[in-house]
Amino acid sequence: MPAERMLPTAESQDLLALARDIADNELAPIAAEHDAEERFPREVFRTLGRAGLLGLPYPEQYGGGAQPYEVYLQVLEELASRWASVAVGVSVHALACYPLATFGSEQQRERVLPDLLGGELLGAYALSEPQAGSDPAAMVTKATRTDVGYVLSGTKAWITHGGHADFYTTFARTSADRSRGISCFLVDAGMPGLSFAAPERKMGLTGSPTAMGHYDDVDVSTDRLLGAEGQGLHIALSALDNGRLGIAACAVGLAQGALDESVAYAKQRQTFGRAIIDHQGLGFLLADMAAAVESARATTLEAARRRDRGLPYGRQASIAKLVATDAAMKVTTDAVQVFGGYGYTRDYPVERCMRDAKVMQIFEGTNQIQRLVISRHLARS
Amino acid sequence: MNIVVLVKQVPDTWAEKKLDPSDSTVDRASVDAVMNEMDEYAVEEALKIKEAHGGEVTVLTMGPNRAVEMLRKALSMGVDKAVHLVDDALEGSCAIQSSYALAQAIGTLSYDLVLLSAESSDARMGVMPALLAERLGVPQLSDARKVDVDGSKVVIERMTDYGHDKVEASTPLVLGVVEKINEPRYPSFKGIMAAKKKPLTTLTAADAGIDTGRVGLATATSSVESFTAAPPRAAGQVVKDEGDGGVKLADFFAAQKLI
Ligand SMILES: Cc1cc2nc3c(=O)[nH]c(=O)nc-3n(C[C@H](O)[C@H](O)[C@H](O)COP(=O)(O)OP(=O)(O)OC[C@H]3O[C@@H](n4cnc5c(N)ncnc54)[C@H](O)[C@@H]3O)c2cc1C
Repeated sequence: MPAERMLPTAESQDLLALARDIADNELAPIAAEHDAEERFPREVFRTLGRAGLLGLPYPEQYGGGAQPYEVYLQVLEELASRWASVAVGVSVHALACYPLATFGSEQQRERVLPDLLGGELLGAYALSEPQAGSDPAAMVTKATRTDVGYVLSGTKAWITHGGHADFYTTFARTSADRSRGISCFLVDAGMPGLSFAAPERKMGLTGSPTAMGHYDDVDVSTDRLLGAEGQGLHIALSALDNGRLGIAACAVGLAQGALDESVAYAKQRQTFGRAIIDHQGLGFLLADMAAAVESARATTLEAARRRDRGLPYGRQASIAKLVATDAAMKVTTDAVQVFGGYGYTRDYPVERCMRDAKVMQIFEGTNQIQRLVISRHLARS
Repeated sequence: MNIVVLVKQVPDTWAEKKLDPSDSTVDRASVDAVMNEMDEYAVEEALKIKEAHGGEVTVLTMGPNRAVEMLRKALSMGVDKAVHLVDDALEGSCAIQSSYALAQAIGTLSYDLVLLSAESSDARMGVMPALLAERLGVPQLSDARKVDVDGSKVVIERMTDYGHDKVEASTPLVLGVVEKINEPRYPSFKGIMAAKKKPLTTLTAADAGIDTGRVGLATATSSVESFTAAPPRAAGQVVKDEGDGGVKLADFFAAQKLI
């Protein structure tokens, strides 16, 4: 039984129908093969761009879809229920656009944003470094001032779409001040000095390339600085509040997909003369999975509605990310259980769901870091 | 070049379809209704012709109220306006009656091309292009897998068992297309938003000048007398390869007259 949604408008219903259509016809049929071959489906992102799904939460004036997070996140869910790698890619693209859309000058936005939101370009977000993941302020990549701009030098790690993206929202140090010495830059893929290592060999999410980026004296002009010099860490953390909602939605969709597969299988697989869903022990497992999915969705959409109304939502975003990704890990692990031995093979999709779920507890702030954020909010309140 | 594209809402192509035992018509209530898959190719071709040669694309459907959803989808793909012929008197019309009703509705529009797909996935009669051409008194170009427009001249590749024929005619004409012709686009979100502002006109039988005595189940020229469910598929035949698998497979195909 696919998700039953309450959507605010007729156009959002049509939008969700479009997302489901694309997920069923463009994502589902090729996910397993791309996953096995660790291949990035760049063409799928062009299709999504043409359909207008890469700029949904941004203003119409810059080529976006002007959709509330409540709707945008449910589009992510639909994509994730078929192929998490693609949904995460869409979320990362939105994350990469955020600093320009929110902290860029009017001139910068008018010049660049329409291409990023309304077209077929793909973005990446380069914050982490090999020694600076949970603690981004430990970054050492430098942006040194010149007469005409900055020179970037250093290594960024774990860049989703690294080597495939058209632009890289990059954070680098403009001074030694731990938290006020970081600045944010918009770097184009073609800029001399920018290169990428071979993609990481990952446990899951293999349809989404992750690579280290080397900035070997990359010249960027002053008009590529987003926000003020030194404002970078603030921008990064604010972007991550949004990104966490995106990842929470990806986790809900992934779990929903695994649940749907499990219920369909449990209705037709027979043991001891009846369908396994009719054995209470297994039926209850499915019931717990459904409860986890729906409570994760409720938590995520509640945080989204706060954001849509202009209320503070940082704590709720962290809670949603924590709850939804833990739920996805549990639900996908149980999905493998429902399928028995078959679930453990690559002939069925649920083992991929389980491998894809794990990373969601790690990136955009590990779930330990989410607890840290939540507890700090509590201490401050 | 003004184009009228005919589209039809049908039970989801991939769902199990049933006939309603009470009147032997397709049970449409129990399954999702979607745009006939091949009609998406017709809409796409119309949009392509418009993009290359200008003009306006109108979709026309005859069907119940819920067919509006499908018209909205066509509008969101980029069609300019939609016309919905809806009237209780039309229910249960056979192909010949439908072609009369549709021709009447088309008569209220201005067109150079009437574009439609070769068949719908529910009734699968495959006769509508020919019936409409006859009703409208214009040439028919059918089973097109490629279309070239040059002024008022339209040249197509008509798909045949042996390859293709090259056929041409001058507008106005009826053009029937097959799904080999293109790859339909997805609507875009901008298209969805724009669709809300596009004209969607409803026509009753009277609006289209349809004589209601000539349409509907009661006077249909064909009717379903009885029907039987398709027998379940027989188990397949397993060919065991003992070094001669290739020969055995070839023999099997030859026996089925496939090679
Ligand atoms: C597939 C993938 C894609 C990614 N994509 C991107 C991207 O696009 N852009 C980008 O910038 N980064 C990206 N990342 C990086 C990701 O955000 C980091 O891996 C993550 O933040 C964790 O950092 P780390 O790996 O350095 O782990 P560490 O920070 O070294 O953490 C190791 C362990 O210690 C725990 N820990 C650390 N500090 C504390 C603390 N204070 N209290 C309690 N526990 C703590 C952590 O929870 C974790 O369990 C990606 C990572 C992966 C795996």
